Amino acid sequence: MTFLTRSDILLAVQDLSVHFRSEDQVARAVEGVSFDVQRQETVCLVGESGCGKTVSALTILGLIPQPPGEIAGGRILFDGRNLLDCREDEMQKIRGNRIAMVFQEPLTSLNPVFTIGDQIAEALETHADLTSAQRVERCVQLLDDVGIPSPRERLADYPHQLSGGQRQRVMIAMALACHPELVIADEPTTALDVTVQAQILRLFRALQQSHAMAVLYITHDLGVVSVIADRVYVMYAGIIVEQGLRAHIFDAARHPYTQDLLEALPTRSKRGRRLYSIPGAVPNPAAKPPGCPFHPRCRYAIPTCGQQPPGMCDYGDGHRARCPVLFDGGPSHWGQETLTGKV
Amino acid sequence: MIAFIARSSVQKIVTLFFVSIVSFLIIHLAPGQPSQVDPLNPKFTPEMVARYRQAFHLDQPLYTQYLYFYRDLFTGKTVSWKDNRSVLAKIWERFLKSLPLFIVGTILTWTISFPIGIRSAIARGSAFDQTTTFCAYLLISIPGFFFAYILIIFVVQTFQVPVIGMQTFGLNQSSVTAAVMDRIWHLLLPSVLGATGGIAVLSRYVRSQMLEVESQDYVRTARAKGLPAEQVHYRHALRNALLPFVTMFGLILPGLIGGSVIIESIFSWPGIGRMAYEAILARDYPVILTVNFVSAVLVLGGTFVSDVLYLLVDPRIRL
Amino acid sequence: MSATSPPPSPADGRRMELQVPRRSRWEEFWRLFRRNRLAVGGMIIFILFFGVATAGLFLTAGTQPIFDPALVRLQEKLRPPLARPHVDSLGAQEVPPLGVYLLGTDELGRDVFARMLQGAWVSLTVGFVAVGIAVFIGIFMGGMAGYFGQEFIRIGHLLWAVAVIAGAALLFSGIVAVGLLVGAGGVAGLVHNLTPKRISGRTQRSWGGAVLAQNAMRVDTLIMRFVDIMLCFPSFFLILTVVALLPPSIYNIMIVIGLTSWMGAARFVRAEFLALREQDFVAAARALGLGNFRIIFRHMMPNAIAPVLVSATIGIATAILTEAGLSFLGFGVPPPHATWGNILSDGRQFIFDAPWLTFIPGLAILIVVLAFNLFGDGLRDVLNPKLRERHA
Repeated sequence: MTFLTRSDILLAVQDLSVHFRSEDQVARAVEGVSFDVQRQETVCLVGESGCGKTVSALTILGLIPQPPGEIAGGRILFDGRNLLDCREDEMQKIRGNRIAMVFQEPLTSLNPVFTIGDQIAEALETHADLTSAQRVERCVQLLDDVGIPSPRERLADYPHQLSGGQRQRVMIAMALACHPELVIADEPTTALDVTVQAQILRLFRALQQSHAMAVLYITHDLGVVSVIADRVYVMYAGIIVEQGLRAHIFDAARHPYTQDLLEALPTRSKRGRRLYSIPGAVPNPAAKPPGCPFHPRCRYAIPTCGQQPPGMCDYGDGHRARCPVLFDGGPSHWGQETLTGKV
Repeated sequence: MIAFIARSSVQKIVTLFFVSIVSFLIIHLAPGQPSQVDPLNPKFTPEMVARYRQAFHLDQPLYTQYLYFYRDLFTGKTVSWKDNRSVLAKIWERFLKSLPLFIVGTILTWTISFPIGIRSAIARGSAFDQTTTFCAYLLISIPGFFFAYILIIFVVQTFQVPVIGMQTFGLNQSSVTAAVMDRIWHLLLPSVLGATGGIAVLSRYVRSQMLEVESQDYVRTARAKGLPAEQVHYRHALRNALLPFVTMFGLILPGLIGGSVIIESIFSWPGIGRMAYEAILARDYPVILTVNFVSAVLVLGGTFVSDVLYLLVDPRIRL
Repeated sequence: MSATSPPPSPADGRRMELQVPRRSRWEEFWRLFRRNRLAVGGMIIFILFFGVATAGLFLTAGTQPIFDPALVRLQEKLRPPLARPHVDSLGAQEVPPLGVYLLGTDELGRDVFARMLQGAWVSLTVGFVAVGIAVFIGIFMGGMAGYFGQEFIRIGHLLWAVAVIAGAALLFSGIVAVGLLVGAGGVAGLVHNLTPKRISGRTQRSWGGAVLAQNAMRVDTLIMRFVDIMLCFPSFFLILTVVALLPPSIYNIMIVIGLTSWMGAARFVRAEFLALREQDFVAAARALGLGNFRIIFRHMMPNAIAPVLVSATIGIATAILTEAGLSFLGFGVPPPHATWGNILSDGRQFIFDAPWLTFIPGLAILIVVLAFNLFGDGLRDVLNPKLRERHA
């Protein structure tokens, strides 16, 4: 792995914890999560629904409703600046301008009563100093970039006049409007047909190259990850269980959960065989098991797993997994909550 | 667009036909034969029944009765039993008297309930929200005439102004300003009372609409774009929350007719509600039946206007 | 069926089954409901009101009631609340049971406390019976529209139905023989038309038969248009008109309020049924070959009843207010019965001399109606699945 200077790291989430408090219980949606995104790279955050990946993303933009949400700890360094310390008006200048987001549901994420031109131009109006004619030109340019045919005519269309795939393209155009350094994409293809999914993924790759931006791509679909990711973080029940380059994850997964996920992935080589499914269900964030949250479903679990939180085990070259049982180093890695300071 | 309006009007006309039948059938709730007069029912005497039978052609077969009823109504032959004037003309005259009450009441309702509802939705759970919520419940739950009496006593004792009727009796000689002020005082209280129920209901409705919209994905998108909070609330959320209220515009007028009976009775306001009540007291059946029919027709017209308005504001319905 | 656990894998016995803490439906309901303090307050008053109304029924009924609401003591008129009776001027039976006029007396010297007790029961009955009628019709109409809505009504059905109605009309207008004949013919025709035909042989239809078998409109259309028609009439004025035409009676008032306020319930039930019809468990029930009525009452009704309960709670409040309004206009529950509405409207002539005659029933109505409204809205919040989501 190449040596990185500090300035190459665009976003560094450190030890982030987000809790949701209701009357009588606390749901620890995200617990001590750390990851980083370098300039111009695509990082995937993978996990089942409810594992805290969307919450992490919304926290970066300061879009977690508080209450019931509460940020229990950690830092989010964007270009060296802690976003959690920013005031609301400072966050507004970052949102949509330096960090943009593409949401999961293109059907409901566009406002039905405004034309798509209006909605794209709005971000420009807020963040960029352009004349209205320039704004129109930029909108046309953006729609063209995301592959919408005859963009000038489309500007006056309302969202309901577009297909699902086109709406997601509009969402992407909206996100790109102000040349953001980072785009967070929260399962942007989940709600789309498979063929459209592939188109949108290709579009993402192409745009990431041409716009020189970093992408934090959130998904539950390892198939998507294998196409798009430079680096991968696997999340389970609010913690990161494994991280590494795409090749590390797909060819040498070290955490039982990642292994199970890969085994559950339908591929051509597994044709005719019964597909593996992980027994049990994702734990309720308000009542997680003690120790390793995965141990009730884990095939390698030993009694210690239910008693002590597992620490990160380093396999070198940026590949780490939070499973001491499968690590040669053994017991010394128990109880270490985070890996900060230990490489 | 035109197809939609055409379909809607056909539908409304069919409904109108059935509404006319129902309004007509109400006649038959009263005893139709002198022999059916219930000695316990002081509202009907055998003579009354005879007059009733004659006025509504009850000797004829049912469908002829129906035709007679509406022929008489529209040709002005249906006359009030009290003063032998055409019922429609009477209603129109009293309607004009009620109009200032309707207008002031409506303006109060809509201008007050929207800011309240929007603010309590945006500041959900705040002291303002809790206070207005409780006040709204209070206003919905209080018997209208009880509240009216409390207010009348309060206003009369505090400001020493008469409030009953449209103007103070025998004030003709006084100056113009005094007369105008007098009119305003008389107008204010019944309008406020007429509006309170509407404000309570409407502000709750605005609040729930606004809350509903605020939790939509596109509001989150708007925030993710980095728009200032005001723009998110008042442009993205409000525009969507307002859509259903457009349909309520058409229903303002008919809604006020039904609600004006008690208030106009309390304030002796010579409007349409008071006329209807007096007609009921005087057993002036042609007037009673006509008011029912007219208000149902107004509601029907109102829903038609609403449909068309909705068509104009919601871009999703373009036909 | 209980929640299925994944099949045990023999390879590793160490895997544990993860137990998510589960609460019963009631516990969950109560946990959510408790958060809304206003609604809890509403519920407490709701229960108290029930208690008072029931007590009122027993304490004021019979020939020798403990609290006699009808006892006139002209020498004791318009005594303020908590006034002690002038015992020397009263007969032994005329002394109020508590030795004090708890809520004063009215212009006839009747004990307002006794009248309020009796009125609580009457008001509650008016509210409950009226809403009961409305809910019954509403569920029936809404259920028909929601469940059978897509079925077609044939022209034949309409004709037979017309015959039934015409028969009934003739019966009531005194032409008994012809009426019976036409009505019975209509019923027979309807029954014949609606019973499923078992003979699957080729039937030869005449031209007239074909016309009768033409689809006229959907059940849903018919019912919802009827709802639209009913909604056109301003309800308070319609109730006033009908009550003014009919002989004065407490039952007429209940029935009329009920008959003019079922449309909301019908709409709710229809909407719920339309949504439920599409759900898998209904499809599954149908795939199991269950009968329509079993599906409706065992599978769908329990899921559709929540919004009806809410609208019924609020409907009782509205009915009590409507009765008060009718009383104010002089068309309320007639004299032998005391209701809070007619105590209030009788008291208004004495508002300066005896303000308690206005304020006691007025505040009582306000509090009870407020409690019903708060309770109903609290129920709605809890029962609304949209608001129940975890992080919403």
